[in-house]
Amino acid sequence: MSDVADAPEAARPITSRRDPRYEVVMYRHVGVEGAWKLDYYRSHGGYEAATKALTQMSPSQVIDEVKASKLRGRGGAGFPTGVKWSFMPPVDGRQRFLVVNADESEPGSFKDRYIVEDDPHQLIEGMIIGCYAIQATRAMIYIRGEYVKGYQRLVEAVREARAAGILGKNVLGTDVEVDITVHRGAGAYICGEETALMNSLEGLRGNPRLKPPFPAQAGVYGLPTTINNVTTMTSVVHIITRGAHWFSSMGTEDSKGTKLYQISGPVQRPGVYELPMGASFRELIYDLAGGPKGGDAKGFFPGGSSTPPLPWTDEYLDMPMDYGSLAKAGSMLGTGGVIVIPKEKDIVDAMYNVVRFYAHESCGKCTPCREGIATWLPKMYQKLLAGLGTREDLDLMEEMVRNSRGTAFCPLADACAMPVQASFKWFRDEYEYIVDHGKPMYTRNDWWDA
Amino acid sequence: MVELDTIPPFFADKQEQLREILGRYPEVGKRSAVMPLLWEVQNAERHVSEARIAEIAEILGIHPTEVKGVMSFYSEYHGEPVGTYHLQVCSTLSCSLAGSDQLYDYLVEKLGIVNGETDAEGRFSIQKVECLGSCGTGPVLQVNDVYYERVGRARCDQLIDALRNGRMPEAWRERGGDNEGAEKADFLTGTASGAVEGQGEG
Repeated sequence: MSDVADAPEAARPITSRRDPRYEVVMYRHVGVEGAWKLDYYRSHGGYEAATKALTQMSPSQVIDEVKASKLRGRGGAGFPTGVKWSFMPPVDGRQRFLVVNADESEPGSFKDRYIVEDDPHQLIEGMIIGCYAIQATRAMIYIRGEYVKGYQRLVEAVREARAAGILGKNVLGTDVEVDITVHRGAGAYICGEETALMNSLEGLRGNPRLKPPFPAQAGVYGLPTTINNVTTMTSVVHIITRGAHWFSSMGTEDSKGTKLYQISGPVQRPGVYELPMGASFRELIYDLAGGPKGGDAKGFFPGGSSTPPLPWTDEYLDMPMDYGSLAKAGSMLGTGGVIVIPKEKDIVDAMYNVVRFYAHESCGKCTPCREGIATWLPKMYQKLLAGLGTREDLDLMEEMVRNSRGTAFCPLADACAMPVQASFKWFRDEYEYIVDHGKPMYTRNDWWDA
Repeated sequence: MVELDTIPPFFADKQEQLREILGRYPEVGKRSAVMPLLWEVQNAERHVSEARIAEIAEILGIHPTEVKGVMSFYSEYHGEPVGTYHLQVCSTLSCSLAGSDQLYDYLVEKLGIVNGETDAEGRFSIQKVECLGSCGTGPVLQVNDVYYERVGRARCDQLIDALRNGRMPEAWRERGGDNEGAEKADFLTGTASGAVEGQGEG
């Protein structure tokens, strides 16, 4: 960091307010009045990365740089981005698409929202680089219907960029063509699954499609398509500006760069924090977010409600927040959206809330999910919460979620079944209590502040 | 289909807007316009009637049932008119842990309607919704298109009072985390005051 003083403005480190060791990269403009305007973005180093990629690098060099950075997709699955890009077939005259998944709907996740609202040009710049790398001239952003502010900001930013020659037939004065369509969803979690997203984009119901074929072979309208998350795209901007080595020098063995971690639930300072991959849960929860209100918690979802919750022990709190560590612990990094479960929230009640979410969002296409996740599982929870459950019901519930693992058409059923299984593993005493006593172990239901 | 004869087509006097929407998608993907067209109608009429569904189907060259099939898949399109102020209460875990269950109960008591209902005057309707992506700043209440975040009891009272007086306050946007503080609106006067404090300007 010795060359900081000579660095262009875009590369000037801005650090976390809570911990000066942590540089804020992708969130530097979030919360700044007017940062969503093109003038602001350009006067802070904006579109220099795109200019560099388009004028000094070939598409394959961009892909190689992203591969070398070891960036993994930030949407949840963590697939290496450069590798995904290289799956695109050779250019054959057919239209190719880049689709950005801004359908952020995973409970506990809210990192993309502030980028599209406060810094839409950063996303557009990442998309220009991505389009150039995979040689696509058309890009689409699928943004969830509820993010109206984000939709308006993106539409305005695309309009500004077109007027300034940043999008269109000659991007930034080169002969590269890129145009972006912003497509607004209308309230469906499943549309964050990439094949359901493509169906929705095509004007169909948002049911998932069978894979293979993968999107690179047959994506939107059956044409070659790459689908990336919002913050995968914004990571690419900084990888191009500062080099793959800068990015891969941060993080752990299998997880590089910075990531936008989110924390919600009753903690002192919930919100989004940008940290190098591999920072521990304790740093996020205690050092940055100030720890649980009331001082005590019993567990946490490590990366959104689809990731199996973990108990509140030193072993898990001190674990690095990276892909490998969480996989080893039987959970997942997911979107990096930590939800803290306070001690006084009964786990049966908390899990019913989660199950109800997946039941509501199940598309109904396949039987294990429609009958198991969407119909029977919430009914079983209702029975427990009504004080009518039996020990046999607990066994039945466990069997049900076990049988829905890997048997459904898309990952939604697993996304519900895995956290339920983990809740049985770590908090079975609370399930048994409600069965034996006819009432929950913890009865607090007043969580509303004045 | 009687409706068709009695009300003028929605897009009759909006040809330029219609061309713009259809032009967003490649020729092969004309049908992609179904969602934006549904949004155009709903934004203007607060629901999408059978007549409008038929009109959209005709524009896209598909059957009205296909349009209806798409529409019914998503929770934000309404087949019946919702209230002037459509209150959407997030009920998923993080908001629930910030009190959204009580916020919902409070609204039910205050407005005399429950999930899925519209009041007799057509002023308020209420819908329990799933995660709105405001988990760090819950509980969140979305009124029409606008997010009101960290809605405590006092703020809830202020908001409903304002709406009863026919006034929609500015969005109360919060960020939390490392980016707390920024944009605030005065809840009572509805004037937005953008804060300059932020990450970018040290």
